[in-house]
Amino acid sequence: MLLLNCPCCGIDADETELEAGGEAHITRHGAGASDDDFETYMFMRKNPKGVHFERWRHAYGCGKWFHAARCTMTLEVFGTYSAQTLEPPKALINKIKKKRPDWEGFVK
Amino acid sequence: MSNAVSAMNGASFKGSVTIKDTGLQGMITLRGDFKSAVVAKALKTATGTAMPETGQILHSAKGSAAWMSPDELLLLVDYTKVDAIIAKLDKALSGEHALVINVSDARAMFEIKGAATRDILAKGSPADMSKEGLPVGVMRRSRLGQLAVAFWMDDEKTAHMVCFRSVGEHVFMWLKNASEKGSLPKYYT
Repeated sequence: MLLLNCPCCGIDADETELEAGGEAHITRHGAGASDDDFETYMFMRKNPKGVHFERWRHAYGCGKWFHAARCTMTLEVFGTYSAQTLEPPKALINKIKKKRPDWEGFVK
Repeated sequence: MSNAVSAMNGASFKGSVTIKDTGLQGMITLRGDFKSAVVAKALKTATGTAMPETGQILHSAKGSAAWMSPDELLLLVDYTKVDAIIAKLDKALSGEHALVINVSDARAMFEIKGAATRDILAKGSPADMSKEGLPVGVMRRSRLGQLAVAFWMDDEKTAHMVCFRSVGEHVFMWLKNASEKGSLPKYYT
């Protein structure tokens, strides 16, 4: 079972109250973009074994989107943070680096 | 004017707890900037309450205000006064980036009363139903089975639950089923 703390309402939400929104911090390429950029935006996902940044929505709660950092292998949750950001907060990145010294860091 | 009735028209059921449709209930959705003094003042005139903190529900003699999300409140007021209160809110919020809408007939409200109330809620929702997890004065938006609901404890034995009217009958039957005698987990009682 996955528990994520929603930064919008502060509730430790069970995964059945949440909706998964896939990988976070994807750069959007829309109309007018090159085929390569659009393909990357549309189809290319990271799928790492380890640290992963994701979008989640507190669907049955406050209804807001937020970001979560967790480990795809151990399901450990490193933290959650606001959706209104283009990259994970520094403090969270440092926390993950401490726990996972081998992690290559956040790559957009 | 048509004869307005609530979702289950006042039906009630007595099992291990008493489930009751609370009848017509005025409900108003208010969206806006919670930090705005104008919004806070408008709220005060509508429900007589202050601006609720995150997750809070505040009551006064005039009505209640519940925190739904960082930009949404649910106001509970007298059913017959909804139109007048909305007119007042609209006036008070003119020029403000805010939304006020009457959702009274779009929702259903139930009262769950009995010592096993926390157990009944816990049967359908993953939320923490302990006294610490859901103290009196907190409104929790969660799910019951697969339906979105919101509930709060009025005291240790009484809870109120709000859901969409379209699923009101299902929620009522769900609660009825959950309160069949002999089916209590007795985790919280």
